[in-house]
Amino acid sequence: MPTLWLVFTLIALAALGFVLGRQRALASAGGDVKLLHSLPAYYGHNVALSAIVPAIAVLAIWSLAQPMMIESRVAAMIPAESIAENTTVSLVMSDVRRLAEGLDQAVEAGVLDAAGANALEAQTIDVRALLAQVGVALGSEVSPEVLAAAQRYRSLTATGSILKTVVVLLLSLGGFAWAYGRTHKDFRARNVVEQGIMALLILAASLAILTTVGIVFSMLFESLNFFGLHSWSDFFFGSTWAPNFRGDSELSILPLLWGTLYISLIALLVAVPVGLFAAIYLSEYASGAVRSFAKPLLEILAGIPTIVYGLFALLTVGPMLVRIFGQGEDGLLGVEWMSGATSVLTAGLVMGIMLIPFVSSLSDDIINAVPQSMRDGSLGLGATKSETIRQVVLPAALPGIVGAILLAASRAIGETMIVVMGAGAIAKFSLNPLESMTTITTRIVSQLTGDTDFASPETLVAFALGLTLFVLTLGLNVLALYIVRKYREQYD
Amino acid sequence: MNQMTALEKDVETQKTKIAAKNVNVYYGESHAIKDVNVEIEDNTVTAFIGPSGCGKSTFLRCLNRMNDTIDICRVTGDIEIDGEDIYDSRVDPVQLRAKVGMVFQKPNPFPKSIYDNVAYGPRIHGLAANKAELDEIVEKSLRRGAIWDEVKDRLDAPGTGLSGGQQQRLCIARAVATEPEVLLMDEPCSALDPIATAQIEELIDELRDSYSVVIVTHSMQQAARVSQKTAFFHLGNLVEFGATGQIFTNPEDPRTESYITGRIG
Amino acid sequence: MTDTRQNPANNKGGSLLQHSARTRKRNAAERRFRAYGIAAISVGLLMLCVLVTTIVGRGTGAFQQTFVTLEVELLESKLDKSGTRDIDAIKKVTTFGYAPIIRAAVEAKVAELGIDSPLKAKEMAGILSKDAAATLREFVIANPDQIGETVEFRFLASSRVDGYMKGRVSRDSIANDKSISPEQLDLVDALVSAGVVEKTFNLAFITGADASDARPEAAGMGVSMLGSLFMMLVVLALALPIGVAASIYLEEFAPKNWLTDIIEVNISNLAAVPSIVFGILGLAVFINYMHLPMSAPLVGGLVLTLMTLPTVIISTRAALKAVPPSIRDAALGVGASRMQAVFHHVLPLAAPGILTGTIIGLAQALGETAPLLLIGMVGFIASNAPETIADGLLSPNSAMPAQIYEWAKRADPAFYERAWGGIIILLIFLVTMNTVAVILRRRFERRW
Repeated sequence: MPTLWLVFTLIALAALGFVLGRQRALASAGGDVKLLHSLPAYYGHNVALSAIVPAIAVLAIWSLAQPMMIESRVAAMIPAESIAENTTVSLVMSDVRRLAEGLDQAVEAGVLDAAGANALEAQTIDVRALLAQVGVALGSEVSPEVLAAAQRYRSLTATGSILKTVVVLLLSLGGFAWAYGRTHKDFRARNVVEQGIMALLILAASLAILTTVGIVFSMLFESLNFFGLHSWSDFFFGSTWAPNFRGDSELSILPLLWGTLYISLIALLVAVPVGLFAAIYLSEYASGAVRSFAKPLLEILAGIPTIVYGLFALLTVGPMLVRIFGQGEDGLLGVEWMSGATSVLTAGLVMGIMLIPFVSSLSDDIINAVPQSMRDGSLGLGATKSETIRQVVLPAALPGIVGAILLAASRAIGETMIVVMGAGAIAKFSLNPLESMTTITTRIVSQLTGDTDFASPETLVAFALGLTLFVLTLGLNVLALYIVRKYREQYD
Repeated sequence: MNQMTALEKDVETQKTKIAAKNVNVYYGESHAIKDVNVEIEDNTVTAFIGPSGCGKSTFLRCLNRMNDTIDICRVTGDIEIDGEDIYDSRVDPVQLRAKVGMVFQKPNPFPKSIYDNVAYGPRIHGLAANKAELDEIVEKSLRRGAIWDEVKDRLDAPGTGLSGGQQQRLCIARAVATEPEVLLMDEPCSALDPIATAQIEELIDELRDSYSVVIVTHSMQQAARVSQKTAFFHLGNLVEFGATGQIFTNPEDPRTESYITGRIG
Repeated sequence: MTDTRQNPANNKGGSLLQHSARTRKRNAAERRFRAYGIAAISVGLLMLCVLVTTIVGRGTGAFQQTFVTLEVELLESKLDKSGTRDIDAIKKVTTFGYAPIIRAAVEAKVAELGIDSPLKAKEMAGILSKDAAATLREFVIANPDQIGETVEFRFLASSRVDGYMKGRVSRDSIANDKSISPEQLDLVDALVSAGVVEKTFNLAFITGADASDARPEAAGMGVSMLGSLFMMLVVLALALPIGVAASIYLEEFAPKNWLTDIIEVNISNLAAVPSIVFGILGLAVFINYMHLPMSAPLVGGLVLTLMTLPTVIISTRAALKAVPPSIRDAALGVGASRMQAVFHHVLPLAAPGILTGTIIGLAQALGETAPLLLIGMVGFIASNAPETIADGLLSPNSAMPAQIYEWAKRADPAFYERAWGGIIILLIFLVTMNTVAVILRRRFERRW
């Protein structure tokens, strides 16, 4: 039974449980609500929760665990000698999975029947050609071991799914029957239900941790696969980014990191002065009317999706820069410094615009946290407002502002759409901001879109890039939040 | 009793430093100060007393135009220092505040070193030609603030690390470093313990030799201890102004008497 | 001490009415500083203006389209040779079979208007979209009884003609363009004055599906809007309950210990993780590991849920925190359990705040593109609107921002115009959502 239908069945059982549990409780009290320990609805909730919660939990865990179990059992079938050089078990397994999926599709398309799929033999039939018929392209010829493994994989998956359905349904019915049996007027239904709800609340709260764990592990595993195929020293310390499909790619993060940092630097050079001065003006000079008008307008810039900025970079800012710095005699400066619309400057400028409200609203909060008594002290000595701001307010707010800039930097490093559309695709070390360069996020997108082959280092490198990006931004964020928190405590 | 010591203080008349005529202050719609006339003398400690919200602090802040920083505040009438109207359009509040220094309710040292706190005023006003002169000004001011002996060994330590009483004396030193002629103090002891308060009060008495000091206080005893002249404010009105001894022993106005004897406040 | 100068600057004993040189200098510095602030604000606001005018200026064109009105004779000899009106036989005629009919219709129109053109019939028909034949075929299959009659049609003009009508294409710019010739533009001019070619509001842009590279004039946002809608349904159905449950636990029940500390730090850090990382997570876990279908709005929704959760949790906790403890005490005082106090009293009072936060989170998710690229929601033509809910969740689709990105990649000014137009639609949704959030906050804001 497809998982979706299974879930619907469970929901239906729960609804039925609610009605029946409630009725039974009322019946046991002779219809007198006052004789019940808890409100009637609690008895209904008890049966409903018993019917659905354990079943759903098992369903979720099973769905997650089944592929892993099957994989390990099938992997054991593959003899060590059939694993060619330069590959690993996990790469052969991805072939197996792909083949199994192909067989599924072939059965679905009617090219094969279920029995035929299991009876296929690699020696007698060209499996690759057969699957090409249904639009499944296999990377290499299918070896008998892989085919056998794929058939085993399919049969295990099918058995597992049936077993899953049965277990989940039994569990649901069992929970239903048990809770229904316990339903009696003296049963402390409210306490039991509240404990159950509490467990659900805790589960929801721990989902945040699960997400982080999921992020770290999903990238860690694939990154380890990558480092199994590609030398880590080339990744971290090499100097060239040149993926190709001949198998001798040079995949170094350094040129990408350089592009990322260069673009982020330009973005910060735009956003920090503008954002900081805007915040200073809004919090120290502007009248209430100006403030209530300009602040929300500036914040609109923060709510605009990045795809809009990306398009703005690609179609407006880039061509404008080309008109200024390029086109030779026809350009505004009459120079030929810039050929394409994508460049470090294009992406950096647009990203800077995006970050202005981010810097200004964070700095605004931080400047406002400086106590008024500081300003009074300085003004009372005869300092002008700007002297007060530059020599008292800003030094006092400095740690907080540094934190805000770090947060903005982390945003800039992790930003994707603007650089995908505005920065270009050439990985190189250059200081010229009018050249197009590429970034970590751009390469993640390009390595992971289109046809991805999880067995090649050119795809897997994206996970290593992602992990580096995650560590980088996480480090910046933790540092920034720590600084900001320390700063806040100072004035609390 | 304190009243007795106050009586014995000498109340010789000095020349007028600040003259306020028909001063009205409005905060938006509310009328905070109503038609106040007062003459503050040089080399004298003048105390403003009155119940909370009576306008004494507001009036004090008019004297160096600190109220300018509040958008909705409006001042009418004349306030003259040495015969010059400080609300004249030609007057720069920055220059005025260098002449009329201020010490605040809560000690507010800047988050800088002790040295830089005191040197802040002289630097922005350009009072020292070189490092040596600045050192001299800082030392002189800290001595005047009666805190030199306590901090001379740690001038680089942050001003915020001092105790409350020391911080307030540092703020006084910081205020005198710009060589003002008038020193305004807005309840300078309200955040301090009794021992620190006593030290500050002693200091105020010494400062009288060089400055005209105006102090706002909600403590009648303090007014009696440190001041020669006292002004009693009530609901925005200046009810009574005169020699401290006379206000405390023989008030003319029944409202002053009620306040002093504790019936209103 | 660079700024200390030998200058009796505070002019001790001097008049207040005369400004010292130093004071004048300092005041000038003050004015400069203030001007920097004004300049910064102006730069920010100017950028907003430029952005908005660019979007509006370049995008509104997408909502208008050039149409050519023609009377087409649906020749039985071409469309239904057997004359049996057998629908299967009619379906066998491909769009190529319809091309001559259209050619004839254009030629007839030109002749009827007496326009003198050196063009051949095929070139004349070139001013029509390649979509015209498909439009005609669909009509015929839907109404086989009309075969043999003459029916009036409004065909899309080709993107070059449309560009010419909108001023995007000029006679200079087409010098090297194989898709259109100056003679064809002459014909267009003549047809415009005859009222045959006209530019009108284009509903199909809002409701229609994407089209292939060669037919930008037929591309629309409708199907990707549905894709976004299904994703938002998933986000709403998951992020709201999970987010509220997590917030209730953390705010009302959680003991202060290392575990809750870890959860809190985790949530604030997740809020700042780059969105592309969530895309990697989705690709690795949902598609690669759990084998959910690629490009499905369900997967997009799951990824965006994980991304939005921190936002929802943070705003929900703020809303719960704003309910004063006295409400809880009152409920506990009449004998309610802590769970009852929270669910009966605190939660309803916090509901407007929670809703506001959720809408803002949804708006954020609606505009997000980067993770969708990784789970395959770009790079193909989402041509069919889903028919059932399961279809909507599981069959490949695009989403509004992904569709815009897709158009921007196609490097054709006609698609660029549609990308800007798509942004207008996207921003209308975002502005509406944020306005609703602001109104909710204003209306239900309580002061305790």
